[in-house]
Amino acid sequence: MSLAPGFEDPVLEGQGAFRGVLNAMARPGSVQALAGLPQAPAPLSPVAAAIALTLVDHDTPLWLDPALAASQPLRAWLAFHCGAPVVDSPAASAFALIAEPLAMPPLGSFALGSETYPDRSTTLIVQVQGFHDEGPLLSGPGLAAPRRFGALPLPSDFWVQLRGNRALFPRGVDVLLAAPDSLAALPRSLQVEAD
Amino acid sequence: MTTPDPAYNFAYLDEQTKRMIRRAILKAVAIPGYQVPFASREMPMPYGWGTGGVQVTAALLGPEDVLKVIDQGADDTTNAVSIRAFFKRTAGVATTERTEEATIIQTRHRIPETPLTAKQILVYQVPIPEPLRFLEPRETETRTMHALQDYGLMHVKLYEDIATHGHIATTYAYPVKVAGRYVTDPSPTPKFDNPKMNRNAALQLFGAGREQRIYAIPPHTEVVSLDFEDHPFSVQTWDRPCELCGATDSFLDEVVMDDQGRRMFVCSDSDHCARRRSARPEAAA
Amino acid sequence: MYVSVKGGERAIRNAHRLLDKARRGDPGLPAISAAQIDQQLALAVDRVMTEGSLFDRELAALAIRQARGDLIEAIFLVRAYRTTLPRFGASVPVDTAAMTLRRRISATFKDLPGGQLLGPTFDYTQRLLDLDPEAPTAEGAPQTATAEEAAVPRVTDILGRDGLIEAEDGSEAPVADLTRDPLAFPAGRDLRLQSLARGDEGFLLALGYSTQRGYARTHPFAGEIRIGFVQVELYLEELGFAVVIGEIEVTEVQTVNQFKGSASAPPQFTRGYGLTFGYCERKAMSMALVDRALRWRELGEDDKGAPAQDEEFVLSHADNVQATGFVEHLKLPHYVDFQSELELVRKLRREQEERRASLEAAE
Repeated sequence: MSLAPGFEDPVLEGQGAFRGVLNAMARPGSVQALAGLPQAPAPLSPVAAAIALTLVDHDTPLWLDPALAASQPLRAWLAFHCGAPVVDSPAASAFALIAEPLAMPPLGSFALGSETYPDRSTTLIVQVQGFHDEGPLLSGPGLAAPRRFGALPLPSDFWVQLRGNRALFPRGVDVLLAAPDSLAALPRSLQVEAD
Repeated sequence: MTTPDPAYNFAYLDEQTKRMIRRAILKAVAIPGYQVPFASREMPMPYGWGTGGVQVTAALLGPEDVLKVIDQGADDTTNAVSIRAFFKRTAGVATTERTEEATIIQTRHRIPETPLTAKQILVYQVPIPEPLRFLEPRETETRTMHALQDYGLMHVKLYEDIATHGHIATTYAYPVKVAGRYVTDPSPTPKFDNPKMNRNAALQLFGAGREQRIYAIPPHTEVVSLDFEDHPFSVQTWDRPCELCGATDSFLDEVVMDDQGRRMFVCSDSDHCARRRSARPEAAA
Repeated sequence: MYVSVKGGERAIRNAHRLLDKARRGDPGLPAISAAQIDQQLALAVDRVMTEGSLFDRELAALAIRQARGDLIEAIFLVRAYRTTLPRFGASVPVDTAAMTLRRRISATFKDLPGGQLLGPTFDYTQRLLDLDPEAPTAEGAPQTATAEEAAVPRVTDILGRDGLIEAEDGSEAPVADLTRDPLAFPAGRDLRLQSLARGDEGFLLALGYSTQRGYARTHPFAGEIRIGFVQVELYLEELGFAVVIGEIEVTEVQTVNQFKGSASAPPQFTRGYGLTFGYCERKAMSMALVDRALRWRELGEDDKGAPAQDEEFVLSHADNVQATGFVEHLKLPHYVDFQSELELVRKLRREQEERRASLEAAE
């Protein structure tokens, strides 16, 4: 069995992907294009794969949703390129890869950190089809002015869950949304306006 | 841009170390003002000389970046020169002294006078990241104080100043509250620079190597200097302009001219000063 | 007119040229080789390897030469180099009972299996400075006892057979590594020992000494000091067993300390542990004293508020590379902060003057 390659240039493409993720995290709801994408085995999308290669390694327990966990070629690809231990419990993960957002576990089931170490929490990497600006009104650190933002598909109660996540601050999860050629981020500091 | 030294990985750090630092930076951005522990590496420069800032910069840098390094506001101070040379050698990146040309600015003790933009990242070198450290030396204690938002000790300290001196006697490393939650050390910048941190368009990242902490202030984030209603925060002012460029709104360094008590006051931000002088050719003579 | 000082780059370049010149000293004298440093200043090499956390005699010797004999600077050079090296894995724990001994003494038993072996020690030398300008040479070949063929049991193992000393935790759990994870408190003993092993000899010496003088006294005996060579083995997944990858010299010190027993433990002796690369006896002894003092919590002893009992204090300040960097950073420019303080002092003085003037006017 031949293994699909990772980044063509791990140093520079990893750096480029990181700056994309950092920009997204620093400016919640802004859409950041990513180039130099790896081709990982399905159902992991190229952008989600780029984020995984950039941030995930031996030191970061990884949770895979059932759709991803079912793919043996993908598990082999992740084992070779990232080397992260795959864990069964979302609460034990530093990163979670989610290919089917509609079936994702509630945000509260992931690691939320503690009051003294809020950084010991899960970062979710969620694959979506695309972004739009008809979602809820977002505000908070990183936003000069409130903006509307949405992504598809997401669970119907996703934004309610995200408000619950904000209520835990500084505990909580951070969410990276991976579209086919771009990404956006929803850090825990984000305020989501109620409907 | 020059060719980076092939004896080292791009920007010196190995990729695993960069991933570890990048993860810490993302957590820092998501929890504004919170000090994220990170496994700071031993760098080929002494602790206390910018190892934290250097590691953050190394984790950010790409070949498209233009780097500016300042110490005390100036590009030509020896430690700034040394750090700039380090990145020129290990990453081959373009460097500049002009604030507006830079994509990444690494700084010690100052924020440039030229307003920063959304395309820029300001990286601070931080010696002691814990604003409560001088009130409580124990990490285990200060961590709990942050968890409980128990900042009474800090207010007491500031108020004692007022009782003794009539006003708050902290002039640099003046504590701020970030996004209404964490009390944070602005690194030992003069309090003159505190207002520039508030709702800055640029991302501000802070690296403390010896103390193994990274923290962040995202763009457009509210940063409030701690004060009291009857003793509002105020910044230093000078009763004279910069004697080189005439600026009345910049932080001034005092230069001793002779042993007869002659003094001269000039901008600490060397780029700001040089630019103002070149814009006034008649004064440059 | 005043022109802001330019030319930091040129100044640095010239300072470094001066350094190179000063390092070489009088060019009329032969340059010292790394091999000479390794052989004739071997204890300096041992200290640099220990606190630099890298067993490589040649690199340590080169670092000492480059650092002009400044051992903390040499340790720094070794550390900075070490971080760039790839990691292949962790060795299996070295077996110090199987050590090829060079020195072995116990202050607790007059005679014991394996005997006392003084080895190349400064002990019992009369510290009379040898004023012969020629280097002292060995007079005649020393007579040494033939090394024991069989493994020499550790004193603590002899005590352990009768349950008179606490049993060591034989846990196979992975050990902490402060070079890979940020220091966090409370620290386990594994992390504490790593920090002490890398820690500054002078700092640990002073702390260990303070425990002897009553700042959290632990009633220590030098159970055993053993110095010699141990094999380093690496477990190879592909082979399914461990193979010897080399031999290193180490110093191991185990102190035997009084312990009255607690609600959960019978009266028995407890241990302090010290381990270094090479021949670093003073460091290893100091380390064992401080290790024991730091164990007050797990042994149910009182916190006497002594510096050597304070894990945050000890671990945060033991590293001389960190300490020297931060102390020496005071050399860096602080114009801006100083300017702020200067303005404040002037303002405070002005205000005081005004107050006095208005008081005098009112009188």
